[in-house]
Amino acid sequence: MNPLALLGGALFGAGVCISGMVKPSKVLGFLDFASSWDPTLLVVMASALAVMIVAWRIVAHRRSPLLGGSYPEPPSPLVDARLIVGAAVFGIGWGLSGYCPGPALVAVVAGVPATFVFVATMLAGMFAIESREQATRPDA
Amino acid sequence: MQQFTPVAGLVGGVLIALGLAVILIGSGRIVGLSGVAAGLINPHRGGDRAWRLSFLIGALAVGAIFELARPSTYDAAAPHGVVVIAISGLLVGLGTRMANGCTSGHGLCGVARVSKRSIIATLVFFAVGVVTATLVGRLA
Repeated sequence: MNPLALLGGALFGAGVCISGMVKPSKVLGFLDFASSWDPTLLVVMASALAVMIVAWRIVAHRRSPLLGGSYPEPPSPLVDARLIVGAAVFGIGWGLSGYCPGPALVAVVAGVPATFVFVATMLAGMFAIESREQATRPDA
Repeated sequence: MQQFTPVAGLVGGVLIALGLAVILIGSGRIVGLSGVAAGLINPHRGGDRAWRLSFLIGALAVGAIFELARPSTYDAAAPHGVVVIAISGLLVGLGTRMANGCTSGHGLCGVARVSKRSIIATLVFFAVGVVTATLVGRLA
């Protein structure tokens, strides 16, 4: 067990529960512009981004992580068809149900059968790409 | 139907990002939930299994506390039938692994460090998500 990751997960879990992001109805209330529109998701993204911008500032002023290892390389500038198509496919899936990976995994604890179905097919989709990756790109 | 909940959104958003930020600053890892899930099902990515599992256990444990203390945290039913949910999960799984990130990895970690890839991916999945949810909302 990794205590730092456990803490990070606990904070993340509390965040998706308090913000309402574990509710597909709440997420669709934002994504569906024809509904009685609910901008909460924008507030969640904006406040989370503000914290992450500070986090990257802290990283920029430090030589190495507190617990050893190294900080990530600068982001790759590569924008290819795979990135765009992948993001679009994800967007269709997200818009259909209102579930993205993190909140869906947490929502499993509520025991709604459809959430299990979502997580099962999501993992199957991930595995389809990951296993193919292994055959074509050994470094992946 | 859904109400705008800006305070809960703000608090939740900060907590979500703190969860990602403590791991970034402490161990240098960029946390994306699709990557966490994919890493656990890909046997070739065994090295990071302990921290991914710890993160998920932390998130699910807190999620379970919310389920016990405040069941209204979660939706009691899925927004659509099981076939639509299954397709949605598959697309989310395929798309996030093709694009190498989801709402947390690209949308928060990547956008906050001004990664061109992440900004483009985020714009694409938000735009496609809105179009999809709005069309589906009209049909339903």
